[in-house]
Amino acid sequence: MKVLVTVKEVAAVDDEFEIDGLAIDDRYLSYDLNEWDEYAIEAAVQISEAREDVEVVTVTVGGPDTEETIRQALAKGADRAVRVWDDAIASAGLLDPATKATVLSAVVEEEDPDLILTGVQAADDGFGATGVTLASAIGWEWAAVVNSLDLDTEAGVASVHRELEGGVEETTEVDLPAVLTIQTGINDPRYASLRGIRQAQSKELAVQSLSDLGLDAGALDSPMEQTSLYEPETEGEATVYEGSAEETAGELAALLREKGVGEA
Amino acid sequence: MTVLAVAEHRRGDLRPVSYEVVTAGREAADATGGDLHLAVIGGDVESFAEDLNREGVDAIHTVAVGEEFDHGVYAQALTQLWADVEPSLLLAPNTVNGLDYAPAVAERLDIPLVTDAVGVDAGEELVVTRELYGSKVETTLAVDADRAAVTVRPSEWAAAEGHGDATIEPFDADIDESALGARVTGFQEVGGGDVDIGEADVLVSVGRGIEEEDNLDIIQALADALDATVSASRPIVDNGWLPKDRQVGQSGKVVTPDVYIAIGISGAVQHVAGMKGADTIVAINNDPNAPIFDIADYGIVDDLFDVVPALTAEFQ
Repeated sequence: MKVLVTVKEVAAVDDEFEIDGLAIDDRYLSYDLNEWDEYAIEAAVQISEAREDVEVVTVTVGGPDTEETIRQALAKGADRAVRVWDDAIASAGLLDPATKATVLSAVVEEEDPDLILTGVQAADDGFGATGVTLASAIGWEWAAVVNSLDLDTEAGVASVHRELEGGVEETTEVDLPAVLTIQTGINDPRYASLRGIRQAQSKELAVQSLSDLGLDAGALDSPMEQTSLYEPETEGEATVYEGSAEETAGELAALLREKGVGEA
Repeated sequence: MTVLAVAEHRRGDLRPVSYEVVTAGREAADATGGDLHLAVIGGDVESFAEDLNREGVDAIHTVAVGEEFDHGVYAQALTQLWADVEPSLLLAPNTVNGLDYAPAVAERLDIPLVTDAVGVDAGEELVVTRELYGSKVETTLAVDADRAAVTVRPSEWAAAEGHGDATIEPFDADIDESALGARVTGFQEVGGGDVDIGEADVLVSVGRGIEEEDNLDIIQALADALDATVSASRPIVDNGWLPKDRQVGQSGKVVTPDVYIAIGISGAVQHVAGMKGADTIVAINNDPNAPIFDIADYGIVDDLFDVVPALTAEFQ
């Protein structure tokens, strides 16, 4: 059995930052493994530990700089990694869910997995749609926002919980093969062990171009174009207390007492 | 342009976002002088259609298939309805279920999809406003296509009101049962402890800024001093530091206490959805740009590890 996990490196913005045209200046960005993908990786590794002969392969669309992040996934127990990149992707604008699904479909064709796990969304651009778009593109079943997963490969069914709004979960049976988008909290992602980190260095990390995957640059054509980037106007009219921690705490305490808080 | 908007229901009730999608759909239709059609799929579609017949709705298509949400049914029915109505824009709620069918519908129709819209301008060209990097910046995306799909964020548009004069038209979708590969078997309420944060008058709520589980002690000490209840944002619950029934937000509980003290909580939209109805919101966070300050009434921009013990001391 083979489990394919999509892994993205995402950018987080510093508290203070500047916008330069349509992007945030790189000085103010720090990069890390997408939080949701950590849970998807852990889910895949747990599947491989519970069964014989399970290979966990990660796939990332990203430049050479993302290899450190990909090695984190390998250190946590993925067996090998595929990184899709070439000049055309580097110079492409926005990769919308349909475009990503096109690229990932080609990887699926190459890898022929039995199960695909993605994070629910990416922390930076957060479309939250790539997994389901991919499922539809390759003709597989799917479930979005999965926070419990029980795999019965013999029956060919995944029993999942989908985390709905308002503290309600839906229980669903999904025919395999399927794409499941994994929600945070489904498991307790492990830290990479020193041994894992060492082993990750020698695990296969293959780079594939669009042409390696049988695609051309036309696969990246998107009707979407980013036209502006700006800081939203704050709607806030908060009274902000100034001063030392003791001073601000004192003022807040006075307010709370006024509201009747803390009066036994 | 003609807009087709999709209603959402669960366990016999329309969800409030349905009426918000009507408003967003009416605005988009008005931008080009077009019609607003609604689709309501599954459940008691006739009674849902009556409720959805609000001002500005031109037609409501009812698809009487099944009781609860089934993404396969939704995808098939909407693909067929799309061919029948020939709209230019599909609007769906950006909810857990919306994100379970809208991408599949867009993929099958080969139309672009923009998710989690906080603004939709459907004039000459479709321009969608979204947030990036946890609400720190906004971006506009121009969509160069005659037809497109957009999912709209809950609580961004007002609920449609008034009574409309829409035609209600049953739509006879031809559902291929053999293509349905996911079956909803039931629902579960998230686990209950002995504390109901929904009932608390004062909540001391803790987020990622607390850094470590052991540090929760200072939060509990403050809550004890204030005779308040401890609640949390998602990361704390994901880490297993507090039980799930303490989670405030979209996927947790919606709370409306008299006073809500957010400590080390950045204020992601999913969290704010669960607490913006509090009478008084206090935020303690060392990031002056944290979105929580947009909604707070009172704030302290400082290290919570300095402020919280000082505040506790005030009440001891």
